Amino acid sequence: MTGDPALIGLSLHELVWQGCQMLLMLVIAPALVGLIRKVKARLLSRRGPPVFQPYRELWRLMHKEAVVAETASPLFRMAPYGQFAATWVAAALVPSFATGLMFSWSADLIAIVALLGTARFILALAGMDVGTAFGGIGTSREILFASLAEPALLMITFTVALLAGTTLLSAIADHLLLQPVGLRISLALCLVALMVVALTETGRVPVDNPATHLELTMVHEAMVLEYSGRHLAMIEWAAALKLTAYLSLIACLFVPFGMATSTEDPVAMAIGLVTYFAKLVGLGVAVAVIEVSVAKMRVFRVTDFVGGAFALASMAALLLFVSRGF
Amino acid sequence: MGDFAFDLAHLLSGLMVVVSMVLLYQDRLTAMLNVFAAHAMLLGAAVGWQAEVQGAGHLWITAGIAFVFKGIVIPAALHAMVRRLGIHREIETVVGVGPTLIAALALTALAVLVVMPATEYANPLAREDLAFALAVVLLGLLMMITRRNAVSQIVGFMSLENGLILAAAGAKGMPLVVEVSVAFSVLIAFIVFGVFVFRIRERFDTVDIGTLERYRGEQQDGA
Repeated sequence: MTGDPALIGLSLHELVWQGCQMLLMLVIAPALVGLIRKVKARLLSRRGPPVFQPYRELWRLMHKEAVVAETASPLFRMAPYGQFAATWVAAALVPSFATGLMFSWSADLIAIVALLGTARFILALAGMDVGTAFGGIGTSREILFASLAEPALLMITFTVALLAGTTLLSAIADHLLLQPVGLRISLALCLVALMVVALTETGRVPVDNPATHLELTMVHEAMVLEYSGRHLAMIEWAAALKLTAYLSLIACLFVPFGMATSTEDPVAMAIGLVTYFAKLVGLGVAVAVIEVSVAKMRVFRVTDFVGGAFALASMAALLLFVSRGF
Repeated sequence: MGDFAFDLAHLLSGLMVVVSMVLLYQDRLTAMLNVFAAHAMLLGAAVGWQAEVQGAGHLWITAGIAFVFKGIVIPAALHAMVRRLGIHREIETVVGVGPTLIAALALTALAVLVVMPATEYANPLAREDLAFALAVVLLGLLMMITRRNAVSQIVGFMSLENGLILAAAGAKGMPLVVEVSVAFSVLIAFIVFGVFVFRIRERFDTVDIGTLERYRGEQQDGA
């Protein structure tokens, strides 16, 4: 980038779009959580809180006093912000309405897995920091599930990368968008595996219940039990961001239709935005339907469930070797 | 047409391997029988598609036999058998789902690694069919090794046999008489199994194969 004004203008333009993408993720994440809660409530013939309730909750938490345990180390205070930042970056890197944004060269699937892993690591440390029993049990469960979900996610990454020839998410979406890959059993298996991983990682119903406060069944909620006030707001917001990131990832990999491929065309961008919202709403409703139609599993059954996802994802990679197309 | 034909054949036989793995994962007998019915129906669809692609009329008969007999009649008979034995609510203690699934993945990889280099010049359609068929056969064997319930062993055997038919359908020019006789022998095997299961049950009050082993051990000690 030299002093050429046209080039500066171009990069500024791209920077604005990239900023839009980052802010969009941040802004819609609580609404997605609200939507899922609302649909769940309606399916259970309750009225449910309004869709925008999570924003009010975040606002309320921000203004409450943050109570910190006496035994807490400085890590305890820093962890919510650290994991929020890592999750936000991961969510912002997933292409939502357009491919080929300014930072899309860094939107590598493996990098996203690593960022989400970092966020979980920070939170796990904080969960054990105070030294209460709940934090410990929640952390140990969360890490147990994560240790199975992460290999599954990596196997999905490898399968998709073998198919598209790259691990860059934006390039994968472009590839799937421009060259129809036909009927692929590997992709179908990956979709199922990614759904399972997403439900596990975001602590949704068959694995964990985000609305529970029953001690025996809590996983994520037990880990963050010691948090309150603005720290809790950060953690909840990050959880919403993580959910948005996973659903966007599913939308980007398996239904990339409608995504804009260049930042030059505002009409394509508008179409991209509209289809992205439609996809997100569709996936949110799907999550709600899954949540009301299955019962929560025993903690020790979850390993079979997530292990099944790993088996499916490995199977997808194996079956890809048999297909001729790579 | 060529691409789509291959993709659909790939999808159907690939799904059979996946359903074989689902069979390994099931621990409820009735659910397992339903999965087995789906396995056989998929076989019917896969063989039917091969018949369409290869233009081999007699394969349609094989597909029909697979679909009607193994997809509907045998599962229904097994359901009736399970109900008569009073074990339809039983949950089988599967020895470690995790290790079993890992073994299943390894076997599938083995099948792919063995068949792919050996059939380098074959028609791609027959090639992937053979790889998947070998995987289904190996997974059926694994199922027979890991299960202790006699009914699950029957299901393991039948799913193994589904793999054989898949392989036969992929190879061009398999005479119909061979397939019919295989189907017939499976039916006979099913009847023999059925009688045998009821005999075991009469004698030991359970269909757990483990008791047979214990019984044999006792005999040696006692005599």
